[in-house]
Amino acid sequence: MKILVIEDEPQMLDTLVRSLEQEKYLVETASEYESALEKVSLYTYDCILLDINLPGGSGLTLLEELKKQQKTEGVIIVSARNSVDDKIQGLELGADDYLPKPFHMAELHARVKSVLRRRKFDGQHLHQLQNLQIDPDKHQVWVGGQELVLNRKEFDILLYLTTNKDRLVSKTALAEHVWGDYIDQADNYEFIYSQIKNLRKKLKDHGAEVEIQAIYGIGYKLVTA
Amino acid sequence: MKLLNHATTYFAGLLLAVLSVWAGLFYVNMLDEIYDSMDDGLENQKILVVQKANQDSTVLQQREFEAGYFRIREIPFNVALHAKDRYQDTLMYMQNEQDYEPVRMLTTVFERDARYYELRLITSMVEEDDLIEDLLYSLLWLYLGLLASILILNNLLLKKIWQPFYRLLHRLQHFRLENPTPVPVQPTNIDEFQLLNQTVEKLLQQNVAAYQNQKAFIENASHELQTPLAISLNKLELLAESQPLQEAQLEQIGAVMENLERLTRLNKSLLLLSKIENRQFLQEEEVPLAPLLQKSLQDFSDQLAFKEITVSQQAEEEVTLTMNADLAAMLVLNLLKNALVHNVKGGFLRIQLTQTTLSFENSGREQPLEEEKVFTRFFKEASSSASTGLGLPIVKAICDLYGFQIHYSYQEGHTFTVRFR
Repeated sequence: MKILVIEDEPQMLDTLVRSLEQEKYLVETASEYESALEKVSLYTYDCILLDINLPGGSGLTLLEELKKQQKTEGVIIVSARNSVDDKIQGLELGADDYLPKPFHMAELHARVKSVLRRRKFDGQHLHQLQNLQIDPDKHQVWVGGQELVLNRKEFDILLYLTTNKDRLVSKTALAEHVWGDYIDQADNYEFIYSQIKNLRKKLKDHGAEVEIQAIYGIGYKLVTA
Repeated sequence: MKLLNHATTYFAGLLLAVLSVWAGLFYVNMLDEIYDSMDDGLENQKILVVQKANQDSTVLQQREFEAGYFRIREIPFNVALHAKDRYQDTLMYMQNEQDYEPVRMLTTVFERDARYYELRLITSMVEEDDLIEDLLYSLLWLYLGLLASILILNNLLLKKIWQPFYRLLHRLQHFRLENPTPVPVQPTNIDEFQLLNQTVEKLLQQNVAAYQNQKAFIENASHELQTPLAISLNKLELLAESQPLQEAQLEQIGAVMENLERLTRLNKSLLLLSKIENRQFLQEEEVPLAPLLQKSLQDFSDQLAFKEITVSQQAEEEVTLTMNADLAAMLVLNLLKNALVHNVKGGFLRIQLTQTTLSFENSGREQPLEEEKVFTRFFKEASSSASTGLGLPIVKAICDLYGFQIHYSYQEGHTFTVRFR
C-alpha cells in the first residue's frame, strides 16, 4: 500500500510518516504545492493525506487537479482549519474524508484503512484476525465461524481496536470515535470501561484469540493471544 | 426631559422672575409719576381757589365738598401756625360708582384779612386695584406671548440647529460593536458639532478596530495552536507505543496527553465561540427541536446510565426554530452536557420543551450559582476542573445571536431556561 503524505510542517510530517510506517505502508512525502503536484501527476498512490494550507498553493487546488487528471486516489484532507466550508468544498472536490487537526493517530489509521478498504475491495472485505472475523458493513462478528452478538457500541469499539491492532488507543480517541466528537469530558470516561468489560467477557466466553489490554492511564490495546 | 424643553423650562422660570421684578418697579414708578402729577394739579387748584376767594368772599363759605372739589373752614391762629401742606389718600363716597373710591386730598392753610382758613382740595385718583389688575393682565399676556415665541423658536429653529446632534445620538443608539454599519456623517457648519462628529467617529473606528483585532487574535491564536497541539499529541502517542515502557512512565505520558486533550477542547470551544460571534453560521433552516433532543439524549445515554441519572422529559411535538442546524444541535448538546457534567451520581434531569421554552433542570450541588457569573467564560465550580468553562458561554452566544433569552434559576435543582419567543 502506497501512501503520499502532503504536509508542510516538518515535525507533523515526521510523526505521520513514522506512525504510518509502523503499519508497513510505503510512505512518500511532499511538503509544498509544486512537489506534491509533481508526485501526484507522475505516480499513483492508494491514499493521499492532504494538508490544505501549503506553501505555494492550496490543497483544494491540488484536489481539483486530481479530479482533472481523473486520478482515483483516496484522499483524506488533514487541516488545521476546522472550517465547515473547507470540509464541504473538499468533499465536493472528491476527497474521501476530512480530519481536523489535532487528531489521534488511532483515528487517522482507522480513516486510512476505511478509505483503502472502500477503494481497493469495493467495501467487500472482512477483517480477519486469528479466529476473529469482522464484517464492517453488516456489523457482524464471528469467532471461529460462530456468530458473536454485540451491541452497537461494543461492535464499534471492537472494530476500532482491531483496526488499530497492537497500537495503543487512547480512551479519548476511542470515546470520540465511538460516542462522537462531543463526548469530551475527561473526567467522565469511566463509562467506556463498562462497555469494554462486557466486550472482554463476550470475547473470552466465545474463545476469541484476541485480548483487550488496558494500558494504565492512557487507554487500550488489542493484542493477539 | 428633552434638551429643548429643559432649556425652555429654565427660560420660563427666569422670565417669570424678570417680568415680576420689572412689573413691580414699573408699577411703583408709574404710581409715583401719577401722584406727582396729581399733586401738581392740586397745588395749582389751591392757587386758583385762593385767587377766587380774594375776588369773591362767598367762596369762603363753602364748608363741604358737595358739588365742588374743595371745602374751606376757618381755623384759629395757633393751629394755623403749625399747619403744613399735607397730601394724603383717603376715601370718599362717589355718586357715580355708588361706592367709596380713593381720592387724593391736599390739606393746606391760607390767610385772608388776618383770618386763617384751612383749605381741603380733592381730586379723583387712579383706582389702584384696577390699575394692578390691568397691569397684571397685560403682563400675563406678555409672558404667554414670550413663552409661545420661545417654544416656537426652540421647536423650529433650535431643532434645526441641533439636528446634527440628534442625528449623532440616533446613530450611537443603534451602534453595535459586533456589527458596525457605516453611516455617512452629516455635514454641518457648526464648529462644535463638527468636532463632536469627528471625535465620535474616531472613537468608534478605534473601538471597532480594537474589537476586530481582539476577535481576529482569538481566532488566529486558536488556529495557530492546532498544529503544535497535533504534533505534541501524536508524538506522545508514538512515544507511548515505543517499547519497553514502565507503567509509571505510561502514566506520566497519559497525564500529559490528557492535559493536551483538554487544551485541544478549550481551543475548539474558543474557535466555536468566535465563529458564533463572527456570525459565520449563516445558513438557516427550520430545525425541529424534539428529534434533536432525542438524538442528543441518545448520544449521551451511556454517560447518563453510568451516572445513574433519572431522565424525565415533557416535550411538545412540532416545536421548530428558524436557525442554523449546527448551532441548534450545539445549543441542545451544551445544555444537556452541562446538566450531565454538573450532576451527581443518582441525580435527576428534567427536560421540558414547549412552543416557547426549552428548559433543563438538574440536580447538583445544593446551592444556587451566581446568576451573573454562570454565563461568563471560564467560570467554573471548583469540583469540575475538567470542564472547559465554555459550554454555557457558547449557549449564551447562540442565544444572543438569535435573540433568545437564557435564564438561570435554582429551586429543587439548577434550571436553565431558553425562551425563544
